[in-house]
Amino acid sequence: MAVTIEKERSVLVVFPHPDDEAFGTSGTLSKYVDMGVPVTYACLTLGEMGRNLGIPPFATRETLPEIRKKELQAAADAIGINDLRMMGFRDKTVEFEDDEKMVQLISGLIDELDPSLVISFYPGYSVHPDHEATARAVVRAVRRLPEEKRPKMYLVAFSNDTEENLGMPDIEHDVTDMLDRKIKTLKAHSSQTAWMMRDLEPALAAGNGEALERFAKERYYYYRWQEDFENSF
Amino acid sequence: MEKVNPEHLQRLIDSFAGKELYIHLETTNGSYAAHFNEGFFNAGAFIRNAQIRFELGKVVGEAPHRVGLKLPYGWVYAQGITHYELDEHGRLLMAGLDGEGKLAVALQLSETPFAY
Repeated sequence: MAVTIEKERSVLVVFPHPDDEAFGTSGTLSKYVDMGVPVTYACLTLGEMGRNLGIPPFATRETLPEIRKKELQAAADAIGINDLRMMGFRDKTVEFEDDEKMVQLISGLIDELDPSLVISFYPGYSVHPDHEATARAVVRAVRRLPEEKRPKMYLVAFSNDTEENLGMPDIEHDVTDMLDRKIKTLKAHSSQTAWMMRDLEPALAAGNGEALERFAKERYYYYRWQEDFENSF
Repeated sequence: MEKVNPEHLQRLIDSFAGKELYIHLETTNGSYAAHFNEGFFNAGAFIRNAQIRFELGKVVGEAPHRVGLKLPYGWVYAQGITHYELDEHGRLLMAGLDGEGKLAVALQLSETPFAY
């Protein structure tokens, strides 16, 4: 398992929802930012279909996107990302978009930014249909590059059968020294995380082992090209 | 959004009757339902900015309420409606929030299209 955070030329992060970056990646991203590595975060949707509206409701179906847009910007600020791109898709519809269009979107970002590392989800192991569609587009775009030109991929996998099928993560970053910023990032997404942070923040402050294991370590898999989810696209 | 006041909501629904409207109708268990509860049968439906016109609309039942719209050639209904609001754009937003404040159903009517 690789534990050292390598210096990258530049990092491209692709996730579909505001807050996808916060849980498993924001500490790592803060580390890259502090190393002077350019980080671009392409966030495909504004989480328009988020279910949590609160008791009493703090939002409606129609006001939630504006709230989450501001939260996303605040989260990027907390991490230190200055190239945040909101890609304009609608939550829960990414898998129904034209697949070739999605691949070209990712290919376009890779061509423009020439990242040495792409961070996204692992296809087949990322639970939410938008995560899966994003993961497929990322893998397809990278697959189209000649092997020697492919950026590394750090992929987040969290379906219940992940360890059974993929084994232990290949990369584990200890981001304990970034916990303050990670907590700030999580809190920026308060429409999604307020209920969770009420318990989590004191637990982390008290050095609770379970909370630290979950939030102070960020884990990724390399893509198993030898077990590609499809032969070609 | 406020908790449904059936008489007030009925008056609001009446005010949309006979008009050319855009509708948002959604039911959801959330995309993680089968992740947290393996074997859960996750079903839901979503339609946004379909155009409808209804001749009769009713809010019925104790909370959570049911709302039904009779169309010239069909029906729309939603059950589990707990909250509503006539928003600043004159749109009637109705939603059913579960005990944790999570949206389970939404029925929204507007004379102008909803954003994307």
